[in-house]
Amino acid sequence: MDWRLDDSRPIWLQLQEQLTRRILSGHYPPGEKLPTVRELAAEAGVNPNTMQRALAALDAEGLTITNRTTGRVVTKDEAVLEGMRACLARGIIEQFYESAAELGYTKEQALELLKRRQNL
Amino acid sequence: MSAALIQCQDVWKSYGKKEVLRGLNLQVESGRIVGLLGPNGAGKTTLLKLLSGLLQPEQGMVLIEGEVPGCATKSMVSYLPDKPYFADWMKVQDLIELFEDFYADFDRMKAEQMCAVLEIDIRRKMKTLSKGTKEKVQLILVMSRRAKLYLLDEPIAGVDPAARDFILSTILNNYNPDGTVLISTHLIADVERILDEVIFLQNGQVIRQELVDNLREKERKSVDGLFRDVFRTKSYEGGEFSC
Repeated sequence: MDWRLDDSRPIWLQLQEQLTRRILSGHYPPGEKLPTVRELAAEAGVNPNTMQRALAALDAEGLTITNRTTGRVVTKDEAVLEGMRACLARGIIEQFYESAAELGYTKEQALELLKRRQNL
Repeated sequence: MSAALIQCQDVWKSYGKKEVLRGLNLQVESGRIVGLLGPNGAGKTTLLKLLSGLLQPEQGMVLIEGEVPGCATKSMVSYLPDKPYFADWMKVQDLIELFEDFYADFDRMKAEQMCAVLEIDIRRKMKTLSKGTKEKVQLILVMSRRAKLYLLDEPIAGVDPAARDFILSTILNNYNPDGTVLISTHLIADVERILDEVIFLQNGQVIRQELVDNLREKERKSVDGLFRDVFRTKSYEGGEFSC
C-alpha cells in the first residue's frame, strides 16, 4: 500500500486519512501494534513530527490506543471501528450526490441511477 | 534566556557594496527540520556561512545556543557547504579518519555502513568519484555526526531523483531527533514532505516563517506553489529579481 500525498491539503490530515483506511481495511488489524512513528515517517518519506500529529489524531478518535509499555495498538472496540467506517461511507455517499448534482441530476435521479446500475 | 537554538537579530552582511543580509531577524527552535527557501541571491548561503562561523556579520547578533559562532559552536554544528571542499587526492576512508579526528560526535560505524549501503568503495579517491557520489560522501560525513544543528546548503541540487530520495531519507533517518536541520534549497517540491517549517528569504530578510502544515491549511496550496506565487508577483513589480 503506497502513501499518496497531494499538494493542496495539510500533510498530516492526508496521513491520518490513509492510516484510518489502512486500519479499516484490515491492513493493520484490530489489536495489532502499529509501526513506530519513525518507521512510519520513513516509509511515507515525511517528517516524524508530521506523522506524530497524524497518529495523535487517531488516538484522539479512539482508533488507536497508546500504552507506555506496548506502544500504539489498533483498537479492538468494534463500535469505534464501525462508527468510523460509517462516517467514511457517509463521506463517499455525499461525494457521489455532489458529483451527480454537478452533472445535473437530482438526488432522486442519482439514486435511481445507482439502483439501475446495481441491477445490471 | 530564550530556548531558541538559533537566534539572529538585525543581522547585516555585505560583500563590498552589495548588501546581502539586510537586518535579518530569525529564531529557530530545536527538534525541527526547517527549509530555508528563497530565490537566487536572497542570502541563503550567506546566512548558513554566518551560522557556521565562516563569516562574521558587520552588524547585529548571531547566536547558536546562546553562543557566538566560533570554537564553541563548531562542536555542535555540522555544516554541508554548497561546494565540495575536500582535497581530491584523499580517499573516502581518509576523510572518515579526518572527521573522526576532528569531531568527537562523529560516528565512524554509521559513516561506513552508509557507504556500504550505497556501494561506495571507501578505498577510492575522491577525484575518481562522480559528482553525485562526491556529494553523497559529503552528506554521509555530515550526517554521521550527532550534532545539535545541521546546516545543509543545497544538499540535493546535483544528484539524480533516485539519489535525491536516498539523501532525503538519509536526513530523515539520521538526524539527531533533538537537533535541528536547516536545509537551503530551490527544489522545494522534493523536500517539502520532510519539513516541519519553512523560512522564506528575500532581499536579505525573512519575509515569512511558518509551519508547513499551517501554511498549507491557510493557503490551500503546497509550499512549492506558494513560493512560485510569492516570488513571481514580486518580480512583476519591478523588483531586482527575475525568477
